[in-house]
Amino acid sequence: MEIVLVGLNHRTAPVEVRERVSFTTEQAQRAADELRTRGILEETLVLSTCNRSEVYGVPPESSHESAPGLSSFLSEFHAVRLDVLNVSLYHHYDREAVRHLFRVSAGLDSMLLGEAEILGQVREAYRFAHEHGATGPVLNRLFQGALEVGKRVRSETELGTRPMSAASAGVKLAERIFGKLSERSALVVGAGTTSEQVLSQLRDRGMAHLHVMNRSRDRANDLAKQFGAKVAVWGEWEQALQSPDVVVSSVAAEEPVLRREIVERAMAARGNRALFLMDLGMPRNVDPGVGKLYNVYVYTMDDLTDIVQQNRNARESEIPRAENIVDEHVGKFLSWQASVELVGLVDALRIRIREERAAFIRSRVESMQHLAEADRAHVEKLMDEMLEKLLLEPAQRLRGEKQLRRKIQNAEALRDLFLSNREKP
Amino acid sequence: MNHFYLILTALAYALSLWLYVQFLSTGRKLTGRLGTILLALGLVTHYFALLERSRGSHTVPYHDLYGSMSLFGWLLALTYLGLELFHRQRSVGAFVLPFILVFFLAAHLAPADRLPPPAAHGIVFAFHVTLSILAYAAFALSFVLSLIFLGEERLLRRHKVGDVVWRLPPLELLEQMSRSSVLVGLISISIGTALGFVSVDRLPGQNSLFDPKYIITLLVLALYVLYFFLARTTAWRGARASKLCMFNFAIVVLSFTVVNFYFSHSHRYF
Repeated sequence: MEIVLVGLNHRTAPVEVRERVSFTTEQAQRAADELRTRGILEETLVLSTCNRSEVYGVPPESSHESAPGLSSFLSEFHAVRLDVLNVSLYHHYDREAVRHLFRVSAGLDSMLLGEAEILGQVREAYRFAHEHGATGPVLNRLFQGALEVGKRVRSETELGTRPMSAASAGVKLAERIFGKLSERSALVVGAGTTSEQVLSQLRDRGMAHLHVMNRSRDRANDLAKQFGAKVAVWGEWEQALQSPDVVVSSVAAEEPVLRREIVERAMAARGNRALFLMDLGMPRNVDPGVGKLYNVYVYTMDDLTDIVQQNRNARESEIPRAENIVDEHVGKFLSWQASVELVGLVDALRIRIREERAAFIRSRVESMQHLAEADRAHVEKLMDEMLEKLLLEPAQRLRGEKQLRRKIQNAEALRDLFLSNREKP
Repeated sequence: MNHFYLILTALAYALSLWLYVQFLSTGRKLTGRLGTILLALGLVTHYFALLERSRGSHTVPYHDLYGSMSLFGWLLALTYLGLELFHRQRSVGAFVLPFILVFFLAAHLAPADRLPPPAAHGIVFAFHVTLSILAYAAFALSFVLSLIFLGEERLLRRHKVGDVVWRLPPLELLEQMSRSSVLVGLISISIGTALGFVSVDRLPGQNSLFDPKYIITLLVLALYVLYFFLARTTAWRGARASKLCMFNFAIVVLSFTVVNFYFSHSHRYF
């Protein structure tokens, strides 16, 4: 009942290798089937995201023995040379494997510290593997624990609450002014990569009305189609600025495209309804004087970068709290694992004792022909009582007493001591 | 007099304040929830403290300065709790609880009452006073909310987005909360004032129809109605409306103190 993890991530492998070793859902299912058929793993779960590919499993034998076979399997499955793959692969066993998964789920192992998407990806990977029968009691328990860790870290710490990119910082700031953005509208000026990122963020917030304005109408049309937005005519500011609550500008222009008088007229037409302007252009797209207008909030790229830096520091200060939650759940899982192992051990021990007693009686007591039948029965009874007192009773206590099981740190040692590698639960 | 409820109330409010401050500084949801629970507990024990005192002195709580201040604190806590539950927003608790605690404690430090009891009695008069104090409490809450709005708005405009700004309510929600609070105040003061005139009508010859309190109350009513409309629909929305709300509360304080003590013939602590 050991756990093995073999995988690679953004820290250990370049994107070219990560791309080659990633799994589609169909591949994940096929890999799990093959690993079971070949007897490498009894339970399997493949976690594959853009930043990591990891195979979690419960091997039939020792986890350390199964790791090379798992690496070879990955090499063969993805047709990547083993020596190339081995440079990037990491192997974790038991406690370290559990801890690794819980840290992944908490967002502590992510490229963007505390990112929320990974929890959904872990949940989806588990759901898929569970539905296809690839997981068993150990991985079920392990991944349920991981999901709990992820939820707790997000609700009890601020690891994931602060935005970590200029676009997301801008969107979060808009929420500081307007609250939920779902009923709000935005105008995105420009149709480059930055505009695309912002539109993606706004769409994720469920923003009701999105408009795109760009010098090139074709590019604006493409972007609008991609995000379900409408196209605003370039330069028609008075009309374009009437409805949006958020305006994001990211165009290449030598002069500010949003001049003070334009915004001043728009604000008068809007009845001074608050306007949040995100100026992501370089040089600036918004006249600095606009920031002095009533109910207008202007944030430039520099302002947003400062906020991102502050947030990075704040997130990092939350790491110890998140690690404490991870450690707590690692302890819980290991305790559960030990209890399951000990219960299995107890069962094997009881069987062994009964067998030994039967063999002993056959070989020794039955040869004592001078004893009467009643005396032999009496000796057998005494032996039963002694065994009950010496071993069966402690074995039953081991099964029944949770605290006692906690005290026994190493079930493997007990197994070696009493079962001498003859029987393993 | 038994001090059991007083000590329990002071402890509950103080702990609630500490938890709300912790919630604001750490963002831990559990501390916020505990803050709310302790505030609710404080409200219950505060109620029993008021009840016990009323029974002991065989009169209503607003009979003296102590009772009026204590009742004001209780109604402020009640209004805030209602607003917190309605808007599902507890990060302003850290700013409201000091007012509740100060009014509760100040009531015990108030000088002994030497003024004669009010001439009016009965249930209509009791509602008049209670609703008036509720209106003052609601206006006090809108004052605190406007103060937070102005602080947060200033920080956002100056790009000083620190830890607290991320945990405070959005500006629009603060405005909504302030308007909700003013609405409670407007309804209360309207009904309370109407009941006051009914009480006066029942005491012919004992009260002047030209009491300055009537004038300032109608002024307060008019100013808050003005705020209510300006904050919703016109160019005044935002910081200007919040400043107007704070100005209005200054008039309320004037009505509550200077007018009551020095000019009104028939009003004392309400």
